[in-house]
Amino acid sequence: MTVPVTLITGTRKGLGRFLAERCLARGHRVIGCSRKPAELDHPRYEHHCLDVADEAAVRGLFADLAGRHRRLDHLINNAGIAALNHAVLTPAATVERILRTNVVGSFLFCREAAKWMRRGGGGRIVNFSTVAVPLALEGEAAYVASKAAVEALTRVLAREFAAWGVTVNAVGPVPIDTDLIRNVPADKIQALVARQAIARLGEPEDVDNVVEFFLRPQSAFVTGQVVYLGGVH
Amino acid sequence: MRETVLEVIREAVHEALEGRGDVQGAALEEDTVLFGEGGLLDSMGLVTAVVAVEQALADRHGLVVSLADERALSRRNSPYRTVGTLADYTLELIGPAAP
Repeated sequence: MTVPVTLITGTRKGLGRFLAERCLARGHRVIGCSRKPAELDHPRYEHHCLDVADEAAVRGLFADLAGRHRRLDHLINNAGIAALNHAVLTPAATVERILRTNVVGSFLFCREAAKWMRRGGGGRIVNFSTVAVPLALEGEAAYVASKAAVEALTRVLAREFAAWGVTVNAVGPVPIDTDLIRNVPADKIQALVARQAIARLGEPEDVDNVVEFFLRPQSAFVTGQVVYLGGVH
Repeated sequence: MRETVLEVIREAVHEALEGRGDVQGAALEEDTVLFGEGGLLDSMGLVTAVVAVEQALADRHGLVVSLADERALSRRNSPYRTVGTLADYTLELIGPAAP
């Protein structure tokens, strides 16, 4: 049986690492990346250090992978950064940094992945949004704008890549106890959770469940969709 | 090198034409119009051909080039207009790295 090859961005810690471990447990060959080295050690795991928004570095990574693996089945565009602040107090540099990692990074990985997936007759791309988009969460203008862009990207790329058998979907998690929300005041998190239909923090397993659904071969007819957790819409 | 690039382009265009069920072997001269008015390829065919050129250059010649270009859909200045302009553009990007 062919071992699926899965590329996951932002695997050094948090949700990315969890998803990498889950994919390894399912028998995938996993290629991970982050700015800094990762500690994940597994015979089917390899790690690359790069900035996801660095076009030359991303193209170099794909050229290297194409030479060694010859195929790519799945891309999980997990890498992302957030910043919480009132818009009035947010410097342009922060907005640019968030847009670069979340939008440009996702775009570059989608673009390069689709080229290689085309050769294998298809593939699955999963992008990351957030419930903060439909909730129009105050205090997260730059982050929400970046993830709204990722949703738009998901819908357009779903159409552009459809002819190659490549599906593009997105998952929109609720807050999960990772570094991304570690600095958010507890009352803010509680207020957010209260707006969900199911009022609890998310678990990494909740996200993995949706990702795994999108990656399935049987999900070939599901594309351009954004699935929010917790009953947010 | 120009002949190598032209050969890669011809194969890529044939691959794109086959992809849409057009299996007739089109004669591909340097002035054959690929895209735009009177072109052989529709927009998806152009994308497929361009990606196939990039991958063939990487696979066979170890050349990593990105043929992405903002002028792609421009009617007058598109580097993808003909087989010859695409070859010129590809060679320009390969630059001194050409073997």
